[in-house]
Amino acid sequence: MNKVEMTVNGKPVSGEVEGRQLLVEFLREDLGLTGTHVGCDTSQCGACVVHMDGKAVKSCTMFALEAMNADVITIEGQAAEDGTLNTIQQAFQDHHGLQCGYCTPGMVMSAAALLRDNPKPSEAEIRQYLEGNLCRCTGYHNIIRAILAASGQEVAPMEVE
Amino acid sequence: MYDFEFERPQTVAEAVAALKQEDAQVLGGGQTLIPTLKQRLAMPSKLVSLGGVAELRFVRSAGGTVCIGGATAHATVAADAAAPYPALADLAGQIGDPAVRNRGTIGGSLANNDPSACYPSAALASGATIVTDRRKIAADDYFEGMFTTALDDGEIITEVRFPVPERANYQKFSQPASRFALVGVFVAQYADSVRVAVTGASDDGVFRWTDAEAALTQRFHADVLKDVTAPADDMISDLHGSAEYRAHLTGVLARQAVAAAG
Ligand SMILES: Cc1cc2nc3c(=O)[nH]c(=O)nc-3n(C[C@H](O)[C@H](O)[C@H](O)COP(=O)(O)OP(=O)(O)OC[C@H]3O[C@@H](n4cnc5c(N)ncnc54)[C@H](O)[C@@H]3O)c2cc1C
Ligand code: FES
Ligand code: FES
Repeated sequence: MNKVEMTVNGKPVSGEVEGRQLLVEFLREDLGLTGTHVGCDTSQCGACVVHMDGKAVKSCTMFALEAMNADVITIEGQAAEDGTLNTIQQAFQDHHGLQCGYCTPGMVMSAAALLRDNPKPSEAEIRQYLEGNLCRCTGYHNIIRAILAASGQEVAPMEVE
Repeated sequence: MYDFEFERPQTVAEAVAALKQEDAQVLGGGQTLIPTLKQRLAMPSKLVSLGGVAELRFVRSAGGTVCIGGATAHATVAADAAAPYPALADLAGQIGDPAVRNRGTIGGSLANNDPSACYPSAALASGATIVTDRRKIAADDYFEGMFTTALDDGEIITEVRFPVPERANYQKFSQPASRFALVGVFVAQYADSVRVAVTGASDDGVFRWTDAEAALTQRFHADVLKDVTAPADDMISDLHGSAEYRAHLTGVLARQAVAAAG
């Protein structure tokens, strides 16, 4: 066993882990932060995206020990203490950017990383950035609309089909 | 996944020492190795992570050469090589997705030598030099076939040196599920020659398309490739595309790369 220490959502945490323990397992099983999901476990789906030192990473394809002394932010770090959703989360709700919600933590964390680098992305840039985030439910359109809205851009009202 | 010892050295010298243990293996960004370990296709006794080795992360440019540290992430190359070697930065920015690019490294990609990976084509077309903890290897001698390279066990890629071409371009036809190259073609024009490297297509991994190189060295224009056909004999045939399809794509992408290198 190895000792691991990092900051998660601003709080210092530590634990004992095996070399093979994944970051996502440490977050979910040791820290009880089950908001980060495991969709595929093969680095394809992006449900497990968290930020490490300000960068989006797939926590299913990283060992906990690689996050030694790092600053990790998960979906639990997004809403305010009183539960008020942040801008991106609220936009996902307003624009029906989720159905079952399984992919949503990863989508929100990827969107947050995108908007930090590129505060006003075009629709094409959003689609390209989300290449590694799969959603089985929404068909993506409303996720894109939510991210456009969260970046303060006009979102055309949905056409009735 | 089988368990292993985990070591996180701070310097190359410490990493080299840690790799002396039998069955110890380098961990770069883990974007290939961790999935492999999950499938129990590898059983290292120890993983030596390059994550803490700051001296292996850099993009430097001097005297017509771009040098990249062996543990530099794809996203860093995409950003920092954009000015000195735009075609290389463009290639790095097309690998996988943003999260993969934040972790995956140039050394890991070249050590793995996946037949569909992007970096091998840039290294081969640029006539790059692969620098390790013990020697320098020319790209022409480095790639030895699918998933096979000149590296010895425990040898660490510390740096990759790319001579910057006058004009260059990478065209990738992505396999939409894996996001790797179904076929990718890197064309680089130097003062005295043109080099064309093809990835994704061949059973032997990345290769130089010498017929196209000869034609383009005469005249650097997409038209000269109209009658040059890539041989389908040794090309990969799988559910994503037949050998003939990959041979055809090789020609199309090479012409597009030449036109885009303009
Ligand atoms: C969803 C997804 C999409 C991808 N799409 C693409 C794509 O489009 N194009 C593409 O080219 N690749 C793609 N990749 C692969 C990606 O680029 C990997 O990052 C890369 O192949 C391996 O680099 P790594 O640093 O993650 O190496 P690791 O996974 O850590 O290691 C891979 C191998 O290299 C060895 N190694 C690592 N670093 C070094 C070093 N410095 N010196 C010597 N040996 C070393 C390891 O021991 C291991 O054998 C994709 C991966 C994923 C998960
Ligand atoms: S669970 Fe990590 S990418 Fe799917
Ligand atoms: S909302 Fe169900 S997977 Fe995206």
